[in-house]
Amino acid sequence: MAGDLVNLLADLKEQEALKVVKDRLAKGEDAFKILDDARSGMEIVGKRFAESQYFIPDLVYSGEILKAVSELVKPKLTKGADAKKLGKVVFGTVAGDIHDIGKDIVVFMLDVNGFEVHDLGVDVPVQKFVDKIKETGAPVVGLSGFLTLAFDSMKQTIEAISGAGLRDKVKIMIGGGQMSEEVRKYTGADAYGKDAMAGVSLAQKWIAS
Amino acid sequence: MAKEWVDMTPDERQEALIARWMAPKDPQGNDIKFQNPQAEKDYKDRITRIKDALQMKKLPDRVPVFLAPSFYPAYYAGITPYEAMYDYEKCNMAFKKFVLDFKPDGNLGAAVPGPGKFFEILDYKLYSWPGHGVAKEQSYQANEGEYMTADEYDAFIEDPSNYFTHSYLPRVFGKLEGFPMLPVLTGIVEMYGVAGNFIPFGLPPVQATYQALFEAGAEALKWGMAMGAFSAEVNGAGFPVIASGFTKAPFDFVGDTLRGTRGVMLDMYRCPDKLHEAMERLVPIMIKMGVDTAMMNGHPIIFIPLHKGADGFLSDAQFKEFYWPTFRKVLLGLIEQGVVPMPAAEGSWTTRLEVMSDLPKGKTLWMIDNSDIFKAKKTLGKVSCMFGNVQSDLLVLGTPQQVKDYVKKLVDECAPGGGFIVSNGAFFDQAKAENVHALVDAAMEYGSKVCK
Repeated sequence: MAGDLVNLLADLKEQEALKVVKDRLAKGEDAFKILDDARSGMEIVGKRFAESQYFIPDLVYSGEILKAVSELVKPKLTKGADAKKLGKVVFGTVAGDIHDIGKDIVVFMLDVNGFEVHDLGVDVPVQKFVDKIKETGAPVVGLSGFLTLAFDSMKQTIEAISGAGLRDKVKIMIGGGQMSEEVRKYTGADAYGKDAMAGVSLAQKWIAS
Repeated sequence: MAKEWVDMTPDERQEALIARWMAPKDPQGNDIKFQNPQAEKDYKDRITRIKDALQMKKLPDRVPVFLAPSFYPAYYAGITPYEAMYDYEKCNMAFKKFVLDFKPDGNLGAAVPGPGKFFEILDYKLYSWPGHGVAKEQSYQANEGEYMTADEYDAFIEDPSNYFTHSYLPRVFGKLEGFPMLPVLTGIVEMYGVAGNFIPFGLPPVQATYQALFEAGAEALKWGMAMGAFSAEVNGAGFPVIASGFTKAPFDFVGDTLRGTRGVMLDMYRCPDKLHEAMERLVPIMIKMGVDTAMMNGHPIIFIPLHKGADGFLSDAQFKEFYWPTFRKVLLGLIEQGVVPMPAAEGSWTTRLEVMSDLPKGKTLWMIDNSDIFKAKKTLGKVSCMFGNVQSDLLVLGTPQQVKDYVKKLVDECAPGGGFIVSNGAFFDQAKAENVHALVDAAMEYGSKVCK
């Protein structure tokens, strides 16, 4: 039974998955357990994405299914401890750049891999990154950008993080459209992630150490 | 007597359009005056060089070089993207300086910035532009959204023009809010009831919309004349503009502007049949959009910006099912009419190269960004001329020597056998001027050797 929902979500069977959720709720099953199964399904989705079996549309669709599952389950949830998170990550598309597709994918992948992601959105002013790092104490920062203008925005963001005395408290990764190892050097980031999975690996490595 | 268009083969039509490109006209339809005989010779030599690279029948006298910037000419000339969009004279000055200073065989014209005031008059929502959602120092960027909802596929498929008038356009242009009140124009027939169709034109919201349209039209015309003057001037100085208009791949048409990335991706699961039907409906419309522009401008090349078929955006199976078939139909439809499609494969398309090679030889001109160009040479490059792959990070952060070395490598690997043009890979805003010079210089130097 539990395996059903896990696999149905992993295989992106929207209608069947929602039906199973409704049936289980009708039988009075613990809402947390249902949500847990849904999360397990999402982990499989993330794994398949990492192995290039799944692509962006599959992630987007799985996110939609999860949203629908959550909406069904939410009214039945009693307050309780949320799942324990691996660690905090502050993420955003840098100032001047309003592209969000790439950023959203990395945020999604970090989330399904158990990180607590603070997504600041797009066109994020330098100070907002600094403030959020201070507020959350997150040890990992992700800077996303699609345009070449983002090279300078990233550089300025990292300079501001240094200026606030936070540089040795965080590891910073960059990624997106025209980014590369050369751009990493220019901006002063710690690493460049070629794709979403690279971002997840970096966060795992940094938070473990 | 010259053969009628309908009796020509696609090859003959392509030649006829290239011949018209060789004899450029100003906006009034008069022959453009070249600055001097040398400029005329340069202009024709450059087109011949591009034509030889394109057709892949013989080697060009040298590997051609294109420069395809976004807002770089504005930055280079010391004006902001805002100024480039609001002051057409300044825009022309900047793009002219760019062409005359760097001397590429092919340039993209000065139409990239577009008329800022025009967008303001109609309250355009699909993009944020300098001084209007993004800083005056930055380029415009798209605001994706679900401008068409999933349950509107049928309305779109039934009558795309009517759907655009009544639903899509009023959503992306704030000032077209009177359009939903308009009659369905195909209802205007016979005598009885005809006048009833015109009542909406008497209503204040519709009249306000038309007032805005008159104003926007006047502004667009002003801009169009400035663009025409630009073309006349750079053509007259010996520099051809490489694209005369654009069209789109049906999947991008739906995904970029109607449904948004998220929307079109969900539709592949939730209503694949509707998505297919809409894309098929778009095929003749996209072909006509390209062919009509090419015929009007007397220029064979039609630009096709590609987006959502890139590596990772779709699985191989999804690419083969949803992206390629209708896009290929558009390409073949354009080629049939002698038009040269110029698809720009921004980002990486390495996993698509085999599929994209299913095209007739010597008919298309592909802009390659960071796909594996050496793999591309062995696949797509067998049937199509390619340009690009000098990447943005290299132009912004590299040294002239690094640029030269990379161009040399490109020429050595890709130019033998023809069908290659040196160029930047993505439409660029930033670059070091010395790197742009290095790109062109290296193309001249190595590009001559390889063609001997």
